[in-house]
Amino acid sequence: MTPTRRSHRLTATVVLVVTALLLPLSACGVTRGGEGEANRRLSMYIPNSPGGGYDLTGRAAARVLEDADLSGRFEVTNVIGAGGTVAMQRLLNEKGVDDLVMSMGLGVVGATYTNDSRARVSQATPIARLIEDQEALIVPKDSPFKTVQDLVDAWKADPKSVTIGGGSSPGGPDHLFPMQLAKTVGIDPKQVKYIVYDGGGPLTSALLGKKIDVGTSGPSEFEGQLKDGSLRVLAVSGEERLDTVDAPTLTESGIDMTFVNWRGILAPPGISDESRERLVKMFTEMHQTKGWKDAVKRNGWIDSFATGEEFTTFLLEQDKRVETTLKELGLA
Amino acid sequence: MDSLNLLLDGFAQALTIQNLFYAVLGVFLGTAVGVLPGIGPAMTLALLLPITYSVGPDSALIMFAGIYYGGMYGGSTTSILLNTPGESSSVVTAIEGNKMAKKGRAAQALATAAIGSFVAGTIGTLLLVLFAPSVAGQVVKLGNPSNFALILLALFAVTAVLGTSRLRGFIALFLGLAIGLVGGQTGQARLTFGNPLLADGIDIVVVAVAIFAIGEALWVAAHLRRRPLDIIPVGQPWMSREDWGRSWKPWLRGTAFGFPFGALPAGGAEIPTFLSYVTERKLSKHPEEFGKGAIEGVAGPEAANNASAAGTLVPLLAIGLPTTATAAIMLLAIQSYGIETGPQLFDTEPDLVWALLASLFIGNTLLLLLNLPLAPLWAKLLQIPRPYLYAGILFFASLGAYSVSFQPFDLAILLVIGLLGLAMRRFGLPVLPLIIGVILGPKLEEQLTTSLQISSGDVSTLWSEPVAVIVYAFIALALTAIVVSGLRKPKPEAPLNEKEEVSA
Repeated sequence: MTPTRRSHRLTATVVLVVTALLLPLSACGVTRGGEGEANRRLSMYIPNSPGGGYDLTGRAAARVLEDADLSGRFEVTNVIGAGGTVAMQRLLNEKGVDDLVMSMGLGVVGATYTNDSRARVSQATPIARLIEDQEALIVPKDSPFKTVQDLVDAWKADPKSVTIGGGSSPGGPDHLFPMQLAKTVGIDPKQVKYIVYDGGGPLTSALLGKKIDVGTSGPSEFEGQLKDGSLRVLAVSGEERLDTVDAPTLTESGIDMTFVNWRGILAPPGISDESRERLVKMFTEMHQTKGWKDAVKRNGWIDSFATGEEFTTFLLEQDKRVETTLKELGLA
Repeated sequence: MDSLNLLLDGFAQALTIQNLFYAVLGVFLGTAVGVLPGIGPAMTLALLLPITYSVGPDSALIMFAGIYYGGMYGGSTTSILLNTPGESSSVVTAIEGNKMAKKGRAAQALATAAIGSFVAGTIGTLLLVLFAPSVAGQVVKLGNPSNFALILLALFAVTAVLGTSRLRGFIALFLGLAIGLVGGQTGQARLTFGNPLLADGIDIVVVAVAIFAIGEALWVAAHLRRRPLDIIPVGQPWMSREDWGRSWKPWLRGTAFGFPFGALPAGGAEIPTFLSYVTERKLSKHPEEFGKGAIEGVAGPEAANNASAAGTLVPLLAIGLPTTATAAIMLLAIQSYGIETGPQLFDTEPDLVWALLASLFIGNTLLLLLNLPLAPLWAKLLQIPRPYLYAGILFFASLGAYSVSFQPFDLAILLVIGLLGLAMRRFGLPVLPLIIGVILGPKLEEQLTTSLQISSGDVSTLWSEPVAVIVYAFIALALTAIVVSGLRKPKPEAPLNEKEEVSA
């Protein structure tokens, strides 16, 4: 055998091995066989990268649906870009396609405005709201702020004196929460000093190093630091207290406001009523499975399932609220 | 001594058949994703996260750590052989490594990369074992002004690799900085031309693959019929005595750069590889070989990127603070088991932590055993006839660019920047300054804007931290030294002004 031939074989082997190793990574899109609705292959867009919030929620839902035989195999695709705007636009382009869904949430609503996109979540077909996360006001251990009131007093006296950091870019939940809070307590949102950090890690680091005064983020990312006492939570943003966090809600602290970061499922516009009903039914059945309850618990999410009129109204209300907030800031 | 006993217990746990299996699986997978540009360890771990449902925490973490270390090894293989960096941390390796491969020294380049990674990984893990509990609390004290100063230092060091023509070097550097400007990180869309696909900027892997691999493939294609093909010599399969002599110091210095940067919140693996490369170039007894395939230029950066992977685990394990995307996903995995991360992790889960640390040593050894015998085999890949080889490189590069974010648009970007790479070769512009500009430009800007945002625009914040002051003093000293030596033997093109431009 000539050396060249041998090299060809070697290359072929190398390519084969690499492909074989990578196949499980892209593992999806294999039909289980058989005919009928339950075996129809479905697609799901995820508007951010693997490991992100929409990815965790979307993939957990797809997995539960497959495992409980409620759907055929899911082909999950991460459509990354511009905070979810790219995925949103692609979903809207797939008009009438009835075997496609997309996981999304509050951050995507904001991103469509801050990225100057024409895509609006209100144009898609709402299927279901799945879960929600509360936001928390987090401070370092020896911060002078002991209660929300301390923070609000200092903030009102001089808005620029309080530096707030969050893990999402403008339009995302960590940004919208302090802006709406400021407005509620009577501070011009434009005066709020908000620093963008690239996710929970850098934000934790800034809080521990006391580079910022307050962090706004979901409390689950700070579990370890909250447990050992290096960080404290002044208040959580939801209607009820969290089991995992020893802190009052904003309402209990005398501020009339609730704010939740939610995630849900949308389908393309222009699908038939039967198709919409079929998808709603599928996710409703998924919501009742033990697998989904386990996933919600494991990830520390709060179940906030809603479909139909309730979710549609909620989605439109959120869209409006985000638009108003961002317009006031000159970001939309 | 206490640490060592605990570590021995960890070995006992990590060496069970099951955990060993996951360690082997992890290093194999890691090597594979490291080889493929675009798919990095972070994305692999994210896609494998569901595995945490079905295997125990020790097995999962051991596999994840194997993927992380394996990715650092694998990234160097394609850099050296195909001039296609698999990860941004192995970009620098391509510079000297691919030149070595073309001289028939691919096996040596791969070997020094593998052994250097092993040495750095082992020393790094040892440092991790000894210091993780005590130093981790310190890293958060470094704020944005210090990070800004450190990145500025790296950018300043780049002037040393600008090549023979400073003018061409600066053109390349500013081209890179311009590409780095694309995107909306500052809250305003910049150079996106209304295209949301550009809103997140252009991924560094796409730029590196385009400039190195596509640019080179087009260049070779353009000359294929004009020049007879020079056959790549086969060369010796193993490292010679001289190679060892020239490698060991760069390995150690690379480790010294990589470990601390890995542990810093804004450090990462890229900056220490640049600093290591520049240092080796300055210290080398064979400076004339740099740019033509100097083994030091492979040994140092490869050690640096592996040591930084170990450094990353310091804040992760000690205070539950992820400093890289890969570490963030490992943290997610730990938390999905209901394990509380943070300073108490060493006390509440000692078995898990020490088994993980022990498995890092095991993984490193496995990677060396896997990579060293493969080096001469990989090297034979280069004997494929040139047209087929470059066709393969083009395929590989496109696959990698596509898998960064699964957007066909990235392929268009790949081609455009690939044409830029061809033009740069045509006009003799060095490519390294461009890549460094793309990587460091956005980082520098981010640190500067965050510093100034926090200080409400007060510029004095930039020298408000001791580390920053020390770094600036160092830059000033180096500048003075350059000016003084420049005055002694004056050159026609006063380099003084250009230096100031960079540090301003």
